[in-house]
Amino acid sequence: MKFLEKYLHKMEPHFIKGGKYEKWNPLFETLATFAFTPKLVTTKGSHIRDGVDLKRTMMTVILALIPCLIFGIYNTGHWEMAVSEANRNLPYFDMMGAKFLNGLIIVMPVVVVSYGVGLGIEFLFGMIRGHALHEGFLVSGMLIPLTMPADVPLWMVGLATAFAVIIGKEIFGGTGMNVVNIALTARAFLFFAYPTSMSGDKVWMSGLSDKMASNPEAVDGFSGATALGDLASFMSDKATVAGEVVQSNVAVQSFSSEYSALESFMGMIPGSIGETSTMACLIGAAILIFTGVGSLRIILSFFAGGFIMGLLLNAIGGNPYLDLPAYYHLIIGGFAFGAIFMATDPVTASQTATGKIIYGFFGGFLAIMIRVLNPAYPEGVFLAILFMNVMAPIIDHYIVQANINRRLKRLKTT
Amino acid sequence: MSTEKGSEPLFSKKNKKLITDPLTDNNPVTIQVLGICSALAITVQVNQAIVMSLSVLFVIIMGNLIVSLLRNMIPSRIRIIVQLLVVASLVIIVDQVLAAFLPDLSAKLSVFVGLIITNCIIMGRLEAFAMGNKPWPSILDGLGNGLGYGAILIIVAVFRELFGSGTLMGYSIFGNSLPGEESGLYTLGYQNNNLMILPPMALIITGIIIWVQRTRNKALIEEH
Repeated sequence: MKFLEKYLHKMEPHFIKGGKYEKWNPLFETLATFAFTPKLVTTKGSHIRDGVDLKRTMMTVILALIPCLIFGIYNTGHWEMAVSEANRNLPYFDMMGAKFLNGLIIVMPVVVVSYGVGLGIEFLFGMIRGHALHEGFLVSGMLIPLTMPADVPLWMVGLATAFAVIIGKEIFGGTGMNVVNIALTARAFLFFAYPTSMSGDKVWMSGLSDKMASNPEAVDGFSGATALGDLASFMSDKATVAGEVVQSNVAVQSFSSEYSALESFMGMIPGSIGETSTMACLIGAAILIFTGVGSLRIILSFFAGGFIMGLLLNAIGGNPYLDLPAYYHLIIGGFAFGAIFMATDPVTASQTATGKIIYGFFGGFLAIMIRVLNPAYPEGVFLAILFMNVMAPIIDHYIVQANINRRLKRLKTT
Repeated sequence: MSTEKGSEPLFSKKNKKLITDPLTDNNPVTIQVLGICSALAITVQVNQAIVMSLSVLFVIIMGNLIVSLLRNMIPSRIRIIVQLLVVASLVIIVDQVLAAFLPDLSAKLSVFVGLIITNCIIMGRLEAFAMGNKPWPSILDGLGNGLGYGAILIIVAVFRELFGSGTLMGYSIFGNSLPGEESGLYTLGYQNNNLMILPPMALIITGIIIWVQRTRNKALIEEH
C-alpha cells in the first residue's frame, strides 16, 4: 500500500486549488479518503477521539446488510430455478451452488445499476457544489436493490435511483438533509409509476412473466405471488368454494400450510430480493445494535406497534386478512426489513429518545393497518415509514417542548 | 395616471416589461406561487392545459380591462365584490362557450373552469394592477400574466402527458402501448410512468422548474 500512498501524495498538488485538475478535486478526495484516513485530527477543545465518521457508520450498515444480500441472492436463485423447472415445491436446500450462481446473475446487475446511477449523480452534484462525494449513498445504493422484485427491469432501477437521489436528497442539500428515506423514495416511485412491474404475482420470481408469455402451459397453476399477495387471493378467490362460503379460519389454515411460520421466518418465500428473510434481518439488527449504529428503541417499538395492531385486528376478525395471527405479520412481507434498516435511518428518524419510541410504534402500527385494511397496498410498510419520516420532526418538536415546559415548571416551584 | 404628460408609445419599454416580466423573473406560478391548484389538476393532457390557459388569458385580460375602466367609479370599500362580480361574469361566459363548442374538454375540465373565479393570479392582478392603472397597461399586464401562467401550465402538461400517457395532444409519440399489440418504444420494454398522471408529479415538475429558474438567476433566491 505504500506505493499507492506515495502516488496519491505525488498527485495531490494537481488537484488542490490552482492545480491542473482543480475541477476533479471531489473525485480525487473521495478516492484518496476511501483508501487512507485523512490526516486531519481535532486539535482544540475536549472531544472523544474516536474515528467513527460517516464512512465507518455506513460501512457498518452495509456489513449488516450482507446477510440479507446473500440470502436474497440464494432465494432469488431458488425461485428462478423453481420457475424454470415449473415446480413450486422444489427442495430448498438442493443444488445450492447453481442456485447461488443464478441468483448472483440476476441480483448483481441490479446492485451495479443502483450504485452506478446513484454515485454518478452524487459525483455530478459534488462537482457542481465543490465537495467530495458524501458517503450517504453507500447504504441507499445497497438498500434500493434489496427492496426490488427479482424481475424488475434494470432501466427502472436506474430511473428510480435517479429520482430518489435528485428529488429525495440533492434538492434538499445532499446527505443528511433529506426529509424521507432515499431507498424508500425509490421504491415508492416505482410502486406508483410502474405498478405492473412492482406488484402482482408475476414479478417476484425471475423469469416467470417471460415464461408465462412464451409457454403458458408449463407454468399453469403456478402462482408467483408473495405471501401477502396470496393472502389477498385467499381472501377473494377462495372465499367461496363450490358455492359455499369458506370460513376465514380455514383460509388462514390453508395459508399457513402454504407458508409455514418457519419458512416465512427463514425467508424461503418469494418476495423482494432482500426482504424475505426475517432471520437475516435479525442478524443485521444484532450488528447494528451491537455497534450502536441502529437504534434499539426504534426497532423494538416498531415490532411492538405492528404486533399490537395485529392483535387488535385479530380481535375484530371476520376475514382471512384480519384473522391472520399477529406474529405472522412480523415475518412476512418487508416488515422486519423495514423496521431494522429503513425506520432506523438516523437522518429521517426521530432524534429524541422518547420520540424514537413514538416514531417506531406508530410506524409499525400504521404498517400493519395499511397492509390489512387496504388490500390495494399489500406492502404497507414502506408507506408507513415514509409517513413517519415526515412526522418525525413534529414528534421531536413536541418532545422537546414538553421537556422545556417540565423544566420551566420546576423553575417556578422552587 | 393623470399626472403623466403627453402620450407614450403603445409599446414603450415600460409597457413591454409588463408582458415580459411575468414570463420570466416575475412568473405568477413559479415566483409568486399562485394558481397552483389548477396547475396540479388539469395538466394531465396538453390540450386541457392549453384550453385552461386560454380561458384564464381571456378572463384576466378582460377582467383587467373592465376593472381598469371602472377603477375611478368603484368605491374602495366594496372593490373586492365588484372585482369578483366582473371575474364571475367572465368565467360564466367562458364556461358556456366551452360547453357549447368543446363539450368533451369542458366535461374533463369540469369544476376547474368555474374555479378560475378563485384563481389568485386574476384577483391579484385586478387588485394590484388594474385598480391603479390605465386600461392599456392593464391589458398588457393581463396578457403577460396570462401567458406566464399558461407557459408553466403547458410545460408541466407536456412532461406529464409525454411520460404519463406517451402522447402529446392525443397523438401517440412512443408507439402503441396496448398490451399484446405494442409498437415503437414499448416493444423494448418501455412503460408509461403512472406517477406522472398523479397530482404529486405536477407539484414535483413545478418544483423542478422553480429550481432550474432560481439556479439560473440567483437574484430570485429568497434570503431568510
